[in-house]
Amino acid sequence: MSVALDGNTMAGALGELFAVDVSVAVFECAGCGHTGVVAEVVVYADAPGMVGRCPHCFDVLVRLVRSDSRAWLDLSGVVSLRIDI
Amino acid sequence: MARAAVLGRLTWRVGTLVSFRDETAFTRTLVFQIPGWPGHLAGQHVDVRLTAPDGYSTQRSYSIASAVDGDLVELTIERLSDGEVSPYLSQVLSVGDQIELRGPIGGWFVWDPEVDSPAMLVGGGSGVVPLMAMVRTRAQLGSATPFRLLYSVRDPASVLYGPELDRLRSDPMLELQYAFTRQTPAGFSRPAARIDAAFLDEFGYSAALRPAVFVCGPTGFVEAIADLLIAAGHEAHRVKTERFGPSGGSTG
Amino acid sequence: MPGIVSPGFFGRRREGGQALPPGQYLVRDFPVLSAGPTPRVSPDTWEFRIVTETGEQRTWDWKAFRALPAVDVTVDLHCVTKWSKLGTAWRGVSVDVLLEGIETNAEYALVLSYGGYTTNLPLRDLLGGLAWLAFAYDGSDLTPEHGGPVRLLVPHLYLWKSAKWVRGIDLRTTEQRGFWEQLGYHDYGDPWLEQRYSED
Repeated sequence: MSVALDGNTMAGALGELFAVDVSVAVFECAGCGHTGVVAEVVVYADAPGMVGRCPHCFDVLVRLVRSDSRAWLDLSGVVSLRIDI
Repeated sequence: MARAAVLGRLTWRVGTLVSFRDETAFTRTLVFQIPGWPGHLAGQHVDVRLTAPDGYSTQRSYSIASAVDGDLVELTIERLSDGEVSPYLSQVLSVGDQIELRGPIGGWFVWDPEVDSPAMLVGGGSGVVPLMAMVRTRAQLGSATPFRLLYSVRDPASVLYGPELDRLRSDPMLELQYAFTRQTPAGFSRPAARIDAAFLDEFGYSAALRPAVFVCGPTGFVEAIADLLIAAGHEAHRVKTERFGPSGGSTG
Repeated sequence: MPGIVSPGFFGRRREGGQALPPGQYLVRDFPVLSAGPTPRVSPDTWEFRIVTETGEQRTWDWKAFRALPAVDVTVDLHCVTKWSKLGTAWRGVSVDVLLEGIETNAEYALVLSYGGYTTNLPLRDLLGGLAWLAFAYDGSDLTPEHGGPVRLLVPHLYLWKSAKWVRGIDLRTTEQRGFWEQLGYHDYGDPWLEQRYSED
């Protein structure tokens, strides 16, 4: 059964690509303008890749696919990520 | 505010099993030694990677159960009968064997010891694991922050960390209340039932106290509890949630 | 990049003696993978639309769709996440039936689903008895979990091409990548050639 998880699930996979912890970053949804913490993004992780959706409008915010040697990351569903450094 | 100590990309580290202890008939705590472990915050998790001799590999996420202790990290694994990874970790992996771990991961669902607010921890089943890391960290620091742990569990045989929790609750600032959902211990004050609004009202912190709230467990549990908390007046930004897959880990 | 081997770990049993595509393992259950919440589409509002490269459209509502000749097929499923399920029984309408009489120079198809999912494949891979719009699985109405009311079934390609909750097909003269193909999955996806990712 495909169950929705949250952005904590993506933190490890994103942590492989980013030098900062993206799960605490604040996103703005390109679809509805909702802002929130990446940790609270609705995540479907069983699919051929990870899909993160806006908890407000359910539009796709982020997609991540990982093969052995490569990662593909699509962030076109977010306007921006705000990261404290 | 305490920050997750993650600078630089996460990479895989090798962990060696140094000891284990069975918590229940189907749950085992594994103690790994991970050279170079940078420490972790209570509530963080690790990704575990297992590789078979033919190169096949798979990953799962597990919450860290322990407080910081040098290069030792404890994970509590619930064995799922149809799982691919949990039967291996909880029954086959032996002292001296190695796995790969990536972490610590996740700076959101963490308890910050420097914040004075009381903390209300609501755990469903194996969702109690990261909450136990918070309880243990609090004890290790000698913190006086008021804690209430509300622990929802199927039956007495499924309780994790029971004896340790009994010991720790001698601290008057740490309160513990169980909710048994299928079968209660003899003489238990409350019939078998899920946590509901009345339970939170009686045993939780009121919204007026503005507690930090941490809710962890299967998605259905987390969403039901979060809804009750919001309805009771807790502000959404004070309620942090971590959802496990239906199996309690990341799909077994 | 292989990791260190954990002693005694073998993963899902990969049964020998079965003709499985490379890298696959056999399952007896039917895993549900999804990129989002399960769409709930009632037959009252369900529509299927084919749009050609010239903009010409043909639409079926539930009644019209169910009036089309349907067949029973038994096929093997191969998911790119490495599970395979053999001998699955479906009932559906051949895509050949829906495309019959439609004039097109298109070589490509973009399949559209309720909920926003898309996938692309060559048009010829939807023809010649290779694909169906399935509305029943294992003798019962197709459940929403598994893509009901109607899903595409293209078993000679990896299962992500068999779009669940299908609502239409755009016929195109240029290829447009779908949901997973945009993220590195293979444009074609032949399991026997192990075409999982775009560089395979």
